[in-house]
Amino acid sequence: MLNKVIPYNIRKIILEQSKRANVGHIGSALSIVDIIAALYGEIIKVSELHKDSRDRFVLSKGHAALALYAAFFLKGWITEKDLNSYCADGSLLGVHPESTLPGVDFSTGSLGHGLSMAAGSALGARLKNYQWRVFALMSDAECNEGSVWEAVMFASHHKLSNLIVMVDDNGQQAFGYTKDVLSLRPLAKRWDAFGWDVSEVDGHNVQELKDKINSLTIESGPPHVLIAKTVFGKGVSFMENKIKWHYWPMSDADYKQALSDIEIIK
Amino acid sequence: MRAELIRTLIELADKDERIILLTGDLGYSVLEPFCERFPKRFFNVGVAEQNMVGIATGLAEAGFIPFVYSIATFASLRPYEFIRNGPILHALPVRIVGIGDGFDYGPAGPTHYSLEDVGVMRIQPGITVIAPADYQQARTSILATWNLPGPVYYRMGKDDKFVASGLEGRFELAKAQTVRNGSDLLIVSMGSILKEAFIAAEFLAKHKISSRIDVIASISPAPIADLVEALRNFSWVFTLEAHYVTGGIGSLLAEIIAEHGLKCRLIRCGVKDLFDGLSGSQAFMYRKCGISGDILAGKMLAAMQGSKRRRKVEGVSGE
Repeated sequence: MLNKVIPYNIRKIILEQSKRANVGHIGSALSIVDIIAALYGEIIKVSELHKDSRDRFVLSKGHAALALYAAFFLKGWITEKDLNSYCADGSLLGVHPESTLPGVDFSTGSLGHGLSMAAGSALGARLKNYQWRVFALMSDAECNEGSVWEAVMFASHHKLSNLIVMVDDNGQQAFGYTKDVLSLRPLAKRWDAFGWDVSEVDGHNVQELKDKINSLTIESGPPHVLIAKTVFGKGVSFMENKIKWHYWPMSDADYKQALSDIEIIK
Repeated sequence: MRAELIRTLIELADKDERIILLTGDLGYSVLEPFCERFPKRFFNVGVAEQNMVGIATGLAEAGFIPFVYSIATFASLRPYEFIRNGPILHALPVRIVGIGDGFDYGPAGPTHYSLEDVGVMRIQPGITVIAPADYQQARTSILATWNLPGPVYYRMGKDDKFVASGLEGRFELAKAQTVRNGSDLLIVSMGSILKEAFIAAEFLAKHKISSRIDVIASISPAPIADLVEALRNFSWVFTLEAHYVTGGIGSLLAEIIAEHGLKCRLIRCGVKDLFDGLSGSQAFMYRKCGISGDILAGKMLAAMQGSKRRRKVEGVSGE
């Protein structure tokens, strides 16, 4: 079957839905598009949405949920009507993902929470003889939260090799650049010092992401983290690396420009 | 109640492989029997209560029934948001076990006193809140709730010896248990401070005041029907808790009385003041907070005698 979960399709949906709903968090969603394309295009195995042994995914940076909804739509898990309810009254598709929406394994939105749940799920899988893998996608600034490092220590100590974390390293947070707010550097070395298997990858290269994830040892050894270098607002010229696109919605002119920009990297 | 908790958990874990025990590095000399029997189902997660609850949430989603164990303040307050956004929001069967009922950790001081744990848990819809009065009720309350589909908070006292006379380990969700019958006033008690209620009731009996004592261990769901029925028969009710009077059963009774339009005077006996830096044994703290049996008796007597005097005055003026 043709894989529709490709970056261009996800970007287009993010722009369309953000404009229709007149909401922000656009730059954060664009930042993870290629990671989501890699995961939901090929990597994550879900034969049935509620099957116990399915791979789990935790979008720990819940504010980028629109990218996830786009993937769900492209996989046929939600309808166009569902998608068009994004941020509407009474919708299952809010800014942050809720587990009441089939396909969302864990509700998120409060940063620093997702990795602990992912580690618990990975431990659960191991207690059940590695029936599934757990993927967690975090923001770089989320590593400001102390609770992240509690979970990092736990996963390493218990050698949760079936836990695969991606850090969306776009260098930005809500109110500034990470280098100015609370420095995370050297990020890879910090994870390495906690005993994780660390890889630094191009977070916009779908093939590289897939190859790296497919090469990981899942049955034993340390947990894995991919520090994915990304560009905030990737694909939309005027959003790239601009703090205000964490919050702002698009004007009509912005929208027109954004749609034209994503054609270029198609 | 700790030893009984572990005995009961071992019994359940023998029958059900879904049960897992996690501790935030506490429970030395208490948890070992479980750890030895089920080494693969016991995890000391280290001093990291937020992560402990997050891990438990992931385990519960995977089909397990994790019990997380720590001192009540650390189990309830530090990871509170993880409890809210985890097991409560996802409706998952995580069991939070908070040890230490009010001033159980006496000389350890205020960081170890659980004085608002029931309050913060009770305001959350979707979590069952249990506070047993003695170890027998700890056992029956666990047996009645361990397999519920949603989360449970257990507030467990340290006392493994006290047996509440007349309780005989009775427990039922959304029910109160009467442990002493009386007709002049009603005492509603939560947790192991019940022993002080008995002391107060004995003292009042010498003054020809007959006290009924009800225990509520099922804080949420609350025994509303039982309490409304009981409160209809009394002009005076005293709540007793080793907890701030705001948020605990004092608040619960106030809500019930107001919402049902009951004509009943409520005196909330519990902790009211900020900590002043002076700690001590549980008995010392009870006296300091005015919730030891003797001081309670004095308060109750004064209230009742004042009431009788008022009734007499009103009666005379009415004739």
